[in-house]
Amino acid sequence: MTNAKTGGIGRRRFLAGTAAATGLLAAPGLLRAAPEGIKIGLIHPVTGALSYSGTQCRAGAELAIADINAAGGIKSMGGAPLQAVLGDSQSKPSIGASETARAIEDGAIGIVAGYASSICLATSQEAAKTNTPHIVDVGVADSIMTRGLKNTFRFGPGYGKIARDAVTSLDAINKAAGSPAKTVVIVHEDSAFGTGTAKLLSAELPKYGFKILKVIAHPTPMRDFTNIALQVKAANPDIIIPANYYNEYVLFARTIRQQQIKPKAIYSVLGGAASSYKFVKDFPEAAEGVMDTNHWFNPKSDLALKRKKEAEAKGLYYTYEVYLTYNAVALLADAIERAGSTDHDKVIAALNASTWDKHGMPYGPTKMVDGQNTGAQPVNTQVQGGQIDVIRPAEFAQAQVKFPMA
Amino acid sequence: MPDMTILWPAILNGVTTGALYALIALGLTLIYGVLHIINFAHGALLMVGLYAVYFLWRFLGLDPYVSLLIVPPLMFALGYGLQRGLITRAGHGRDENILLVTLGLSIILENLALMAFSSDTQTVDTAYGFSTLDVLGAFVPVPKVVAFGGAVATALALWAFMARTDLGRAIRAVAKEKKGAQLVGIDVNHVYAMSFGIGIGVLGIAACLLMPSYYVNPSVGHGFVLIAFTIVVLGGMGSFVGALIGGVIIGVVEALGGLFLGASLGQIGIFAIFILILLFRPQGLLGRLQ
Repeated sequence: MTNAKTGGIGRRRFLAGTAAATGLLAAPGLLRAAPEGIKIGLIHPVTGALSYSGTQCRAGAELAIADINAAGGIKSMGGAPLQAVLGDSQSKPSIGASETARAIEDGAIGIVAGYASSICLATSQEAAKTNTPHIVDVGVADSIMTRGLKNTFRFGPGYGKIARDAVTSLDAINKAAGSPAKTVVIVHEDSAFGTGTAKLLSAELPKYGFKILKVIAHPTPMRDFTNIALQVKAANPDIIIPANYYNEYVLFARTIRQQQIKPKAIYSVLGGAASSYKFVKDFPEAAEGVMDTNHWFNPKSDLALKRKKEAEAKGLYYTYEVYLTYNAVALLADAIERAGSTDHDKVIAALNASTWDKHGMPYGPTKMVDGQNTGAQPVNTQVQGGQIDVIRPAEFAQAQVKFPMA
Repeated sequence: MPDMTILWPAILNGVTTGALYALIALGLTLIYGVLHIINFAHGALLMVGLYAVYFLWRFLGLDPYVSLLIVPPLMFALGYGLQRGLITRAGHGRDENILLVTLGLSIILENLALMAFSSDTQTVDTAYGFSTLDVLGAFVPVPKVVAFGGAVATALALWAFMARTDLGRAIRAVAKEKKGAQLVGIDVNHVYAMSFGIGIGVLGIAACLLMPSYYVNPSVGHGFVLIAFTIVVLGGMGSFVGALIGGVIIGVVEALGGLFLGASLGQIGIFAIFILILLFRPQGLLGRLQ
């Protein structure tokens, strides 16, 4: 501190200097010709256990911001560009919440977060405190949308919808082939995701005439799958349903081949690796014929294919994280455009009235009910000849279902 | 009740998986069992070895088994350097310091790997990756058979090395009576570093034999560290043949536990054995009372 009595800078001079300095610092903002940027908080798990997916999400969001700015920004606000406020949740819900609070303090007027369901629950709740619009990019847990938070919206489908579609699709695929499959074994990881899936499927599948022979749980990480493969082999099911994360899915699929188990189908719900380009590239033989129920872009949409090409030109795998987060940002931008304002209530009203269709997803125009886009749905994919093809619903299908798989 | 026809394949699988565990524990039994260095970085160093095997395959096209000629010597040098340059200096001979140093080392290694290689899971694709041998009606993957042979050979070689060579005798002398060893002219620091280096070199062998049937990512070591410590205690501290038998027992217990109790609950068998051994035979199966 300076002191007037000891001959430092006097109070008046200090105040004058401070004022001048503040003026200088503020001046560029006042003088700049371009309108001020609109800040959007992007909170993703870019470090920690979920870092691969978090990084993919962030890349998708940044692609969207770049595209929107290149096309002239938010036109109703004088072409204001979007500006990212990046946050890292470190794969932890509590840090996701504090990063959301920080982004809002930094001036973010909307939040796109947080990949995992548990993190989305925390970030949306934090944003709700200031009524800041929050778009859930991936998180599929139904509980995210059923808490009555007015600020929270989800573009993609929730878990209940995905699981119900998975069951009815499996039934339809089976019936179309003359119902060759009657028995099922479910292999699932033992945390919320896998256990929830197994529970739901074991309750629903018998209603369609499938017999559940065995439900096998395993921890994550799992070092060896031989034992589980042996149990599957002994049960000899027509259909194997794995519900686990990438590493375990890969080990399991490899072991199934080693133990020469040949089911009529391997069918999964949000399968960790089943619709992953990386899995198909690394293990084309183990991946061949595997079916999945998952998020996917509309393969017949030119817009989706154009974005896929752009993402791949940047060295990205065009995974669901990339296009779901891209669309979450674009959906928010569309609402700001129509609101012509960054006022929270106006943007939320615009999101509620959203009929946006420039997403390249197999969804139709957005239709929000309690924040959930009710047009959102998963599709069925199958690995055929080293490609991941959409096989259902029919209007989006690129290839015929191969069932029983060769 | 599980199907009895899969009992035999399950046991066989337990034996081969256990041999892999034993390979990882062999290095630890030398470091922890003989020198009493609690090496928390064992898992992280295994990860380093696995990445070395992966990158040699990816960029030079070297088969993981050819890497046996390259990775173990490199890992030996890394271990020797770590012990001489870091663990001795930072540890000041106190167990709790060494524990923290190796724990810190594991955190640093894992996060460096995360930064450099990302958290992607990597695998090698070999011609024999999916081949199996038919052993009396059970299919055993070829990489696991090779790993089993490798574990037995490595355990016997280590045992012979400790019993027959001067360095082996020196290691045992240092482990028993450090001051006395110093008095008769043994370079204690060198012996410590050699033992640590050999332990990590053996981990390099484990990495080469594990990679064809497994994967690598920055946190891959976590799944193995606790098992390796359990095997060292079960087999008897510092006993190589004990580690081999301990590994096989753990593998079979895990396999049968998984079969009868489910894979999630089956793990308790391993730790139940650990507690029973500590209660009733604290010196381990082949260990001697000190």
